[in-house]
Amino acid sequence: MLGAFFKGLGTTLKYLFKKPVTVEYPEVKRPVRERFRGRHQLKRFENGMERCIGCALCAAACPADAILVVPAENDRNQPNSPGERYAARYEINMLRCIFCGYCEDACPTNAIVLEHQYELSFYDRKSAIYDKSMLLVPIDQGHGEIPPVLQQLDRRPSPPAQIDL
Amino acid sequence: MEFWIDILILLVRCLVLALAATTLFAYFTLFERRLLARFQNRVGPNRAGYIPLPGGKKFFGGFLQPAADAVKLFFKEDVVPEKADKWVYLIAPGFAVIPALIIWVGIPLGTWPDGLGGNWLHYAPVDVGVLYLLAVTSIGVYGIAIAGWASNNKYSMIGGVRASAQVISYELALGLAILAVVMQNGTFRTEEIVAGQGMMWNIVPQFLAFVIFLVASTAEVVRSPFDLVEAEQELVGGYNTEYGSMKFALFFMSEYIKLVAMNAIAVALFLGGGNFPGIDTLVASLRESSGDTVANTVQGLLTLGAFLLKTTVLSFLSVWVRATTPRVRYDQLMNLGWKILMPMALLNVVVTAIIGVVMPTGGVIANVIMFAFGVVVVVVTTVIAAPKHAKRSVRLVRAGTGN
Repeated sequence: MLGAFFKGLGTTLKYLFKKPVTVEYPEVKRPVRERFRGRHQLKRFENGMERCIGCALCAAACPADAILVVPAENDRNQPNSPGERYAARYEINMLRCIFCGYCEDACPTNAIVLEHQYELSFYDRKSAIYDKSMLLVPIDQGHGEIPPVLQQLDRRPSPPAQIDL
Repeated sequence: MEFWIDILILLVRCLVLALAATTLFAYFTLFERRLLARFQNRVGPNRAGYIPLPGGKKFFGGFLQPAADAVKLFFKEDVVPEKADKWVYLIAPGFAVIPALIIWVGIPLGTWPDGLGGNWLHYAPVDVGVLYLLAVTSIGVYGIAIAGWASNNKYSMIGGVRASAQVISYELALGLAILAVVMQNGTFRTEEIVAGQGMMWNIVPQFLAFVIFLVASTAEVVRSPFDLVEAEQELVGGYNTEYGSMKFALFFMSEYIKLVAMNAIAVALFLGGGNFPGIDTLVASLRESSGDTVANTVQGLLTLGAFLLKTTVLSFLSVWVRATTPRVRYDQLMNLGWKILMPMALLNVVVTAIIGVVMPTGGVIANVIMFAFGVVVVVVTTVIAAPKHAKRSVRLVRAGTGN
């Protein structure tokens, strides 16, 4: 019994000299997985045009009803997006969003992508609503390459996108 | 006039001691939390306050954690349960914390002569100092018992009852272990017991008593692995379930101050108190060269330092044991107290008496015999009393042998 007791003490003592496994979060941030679904971004094409064509398929696919899309006709001379329409308003309520990624799947132009940012705290409910100016990537970045997960997608729409509109 | 000045000095000294004990408690909680965290492969509280070092390094992160905890507890809502016995409920934390604080006056924390034959670091050098310590440490259980009763909650009640049963059981072993020390040193005065350990600390001749004291004192302050009083799985929070805010903090405080005080008593009785090799020589040479005042101050600080160092070592041991052992079962607790520790302590008293009669001058041989006796008894007892594993009643038979 004494032996077992000292063995136990030895085991705990051994851990005293080990490096703690704790990741001290605000200073040290663990990298997320490639497929991590964090904050949304609205992507652009390489020529700077918005990918979003205002089809609202994402809003239809959203199980939490977190997305609001108000489309508008493109100006022929200065189009915002390559199609006929673009999203005049695009809002995501981050309090409703469940980060399921169905909007990504539903998007025909890979405009909306759930990126790796996950620090999404806010002080009031109003700032939980992320509007288009916050979601749309700046014109000088974020265009071109789409994320690897989406690149390989020569894909059929996932089930939520097949919902009867 | 003289009288009032004496009273004033006494009051200031008491205030200093009370505040010191409270600070000790605060930093012991931090010590324990950090250490326990490291034992469990965690970091522990390291956010509240740090000492900035050059180069952006942070040193001693979390040293304001106790202050943060205290502020938090002060601002919590102070609820008195409707069906509680209000006055007893309110008075119970005081009952718990006052004994924990007044233990300290009986412990010689060091030797700092005040020039008038007194000692700044020993508040109450009474004739029966050891008995005082024993009495006050066990009075503390009243607080727990009446807290459990007054809360009008069955879990608190059971916690309080368990506490009283446990403390009564282990009081005997504790008292007998200390009795052997008293026999060894031939005095009830704590400061004389400390002074008598100048050459040889009591842990050597009274090794068995030391082991018994460590186990029994852990049980006496209801600490892991004997913390059945607050066994969360069975009793929610135990006797302090219904207490919140500062009233809870007082229970917490009394528990930890008692723990440190028990360690301090163990240091005074077994580890030579403020004695440390070299201090005496240094102080004697200082007394020659720089006079009494300097020598007294240096002696006081050094002995206090040595005392606190030893107390820290024992406190480390407490945390270490807490990090290692699971809680014992109630019947195991009672068995350990009554069937193992008490007979061991009685045997120790008998053997101490015999050695004291046969070799009244003591000396190295007596110490070696006592030490060997202590080690043998501890080992033999643990072998005999170890839990027996029940034999397998079903014989494992290889499949296909037909038997």
